[in-house]
Amino acid sequence: MKLIIAIIQPYRLEEVKQALYKKDINLMTVSEVLGHGRQMGVNEVYRGIRETGNLLRKLRLEIAVNDKFVEPAVEAIVAGAKTGETGDGKIFILPLEECVRIRTEEKGTKAIG
Amino acid sequence: MSAGDTAWVLVSAALVMLMTPALGFFYGGMVRKKNVLSVLMKAFITLAVISLQWVIIGYSLSFGEGGKFIGGFQHFMLNGVGQEGSNYASNIPGLAFMIFQAMFAIITPALIFGAFVERIKFSSFLLFTVLWSTFIYDPVCHWVWGKGGWLGAMGALDFAGGTVVHINAGIAALVTALVIGKRKNTGTLGPIPHNMPFTVLGAGLLWFGWFGFNAGSALGANGLAANAFVVTNTAAAAAALTWAVIEWFYSGKPTVLGTVSGAVAGLVAITPASGFVDVTGAIIIGAAVAGVCFVAVSIVKGIFKYDDSLDAFGVHGVGGMVGALLTGVLANPAVNALGTGTMFGNPKQFMIQLISVVATMAYSFVGTFVIFKLIDLTMGVRIKEKDENIGVDLSEHNERAYTLIE
Repeated sequence: MKLIIAIIQPYRLEEVKQALYKKDINLMTVSEVLGHGRQMGVNEVYRGIRETGNLLRKLRLEIAVNDKFVEPAVEAIVAGAKTGETGDGKIFILPLEECVRIRTEEKGTKAIG
Repeated sequence: MSAGDTAWVLVSAALVMLMTPALGFFYGGMVRKKNVLSVLMKAFITLAVISLQWVIIGYSLSFGEGGKFIGGFQHFMLNGVGQEGSNYASNIPGLAFMIFQAMFAIITPALIFGAFVERIKFSSFLLFTVLWSTFIYDPVCHWVWGKGGWLGAMGALDFAGGTVVHINAGIAALVTALVIGKRKNTGTLGPIPHNMPFTVLGAGLLWFGWFGFNAGSALGANGLAANAFVVTNTAAAAAALTWAVIEWFYSGKPTVLGTVSGAVAGLVAITPASGFVDVTGAIIIGAAVAGVCFVAVSIVKGIFKYDDSLDAFGVHGVGGMVGALLTGVLANPAVNALGTGTMFGNPKQFMIQLISVVATMAYSFVGTFVIFKLIDLTMGVRIKEKDENIGVDLSEHNERAYTLIE
């Protein structure tokens, strides 16, 4: 089992979701986060005064999958989120020790999908 | 007594009333989210407190017929102010004039708090507001508008409060910002506004209410009111556009905060002039004030490094000065026989305006300093650093504006 964490551009969410559905991956958690990469954020100007290096809005996707779905999930996220421009985001893959479905109390690979 | 005039002045009073909570939204959007309720509260409680101060003693001190410098106590608890006309306006009930003026007395101290939000003790703020209204606003109001007041007698032109309201409050704002000191943890020049739509909403409602402020000051439903209405709208439009264009050149993009700040600056500057200038004058005033205020808030403030949090001085103080002085230049006797400016052959008027501006600045500066310092020495004005970090909403009011969890 793996936990996939993807940081993507907010406006790419719909494409990423559709790509994931096509690979039969239907479960995800999405949260709004702030951050910046090498482009060092955005500038904002208030009454002529410039504030530099402000954090950009991004979305963070968390998707827990069984091992055979790791590659399809990564492919789907890349397909949906990639524009080729700076700031497209990153994907992190972490080992996942356990998963419990609260409703049925099922555990492990059965609980995840 | 005129039913039409009475109706217009009462409606105008209601329009001006809305400006104080509108100011709360204008200012509230510019602070951090942990302090927004405290800003709305300051506006609202000022409405409550000064409404009472005004009917008890403020109106009497301002409009009582006393000496050159202050009214008297003859209208204590509105004694002698009734349904009949007054010496100020025989065409409307004395009570209508009183309540219209009450709304001016309320918004003026409210303008000041833009300078010291996010770090003041609520109790000290309340005491300051009452003392400032009684000892600074009421006398200056009497000087300019009260029967026997020395600036009015000298011929100073202030149709709807450029000197009494905006310069007075703007200078007080500067003084309080200097005495209370900078906010903590705000980055280089201040925090980023947390809710710009609030600020735009507030500015829009201020513009709306300002028609009552300026056109209501004609004290009648007449041609002068119509002139004031038109030039108010024109100056605000010219200033909003000018500020946006300046920003476009200066920092590459026209910003929303700049555009609405420009509108407010234009409204401030046209206030003293609204009963005296034509549309040409209004456009000149609007364009000029946008340029001057932009320099004040973007450049001068940065040089002197005072933390006038929401630019109460930079917009209201500086804008009021521009308006009061330009009134002396641009007053057109074809609009109002009471005012002839330098451009129309009366160079003396500019000097009179200058004296009224300088006198108000000096009195407001010294008086505000004494009051604020006295409160600071006795009960303290500034909250603890820990409370400032938590935010004034929680530390002073036990509430917060937004929650993350249901």
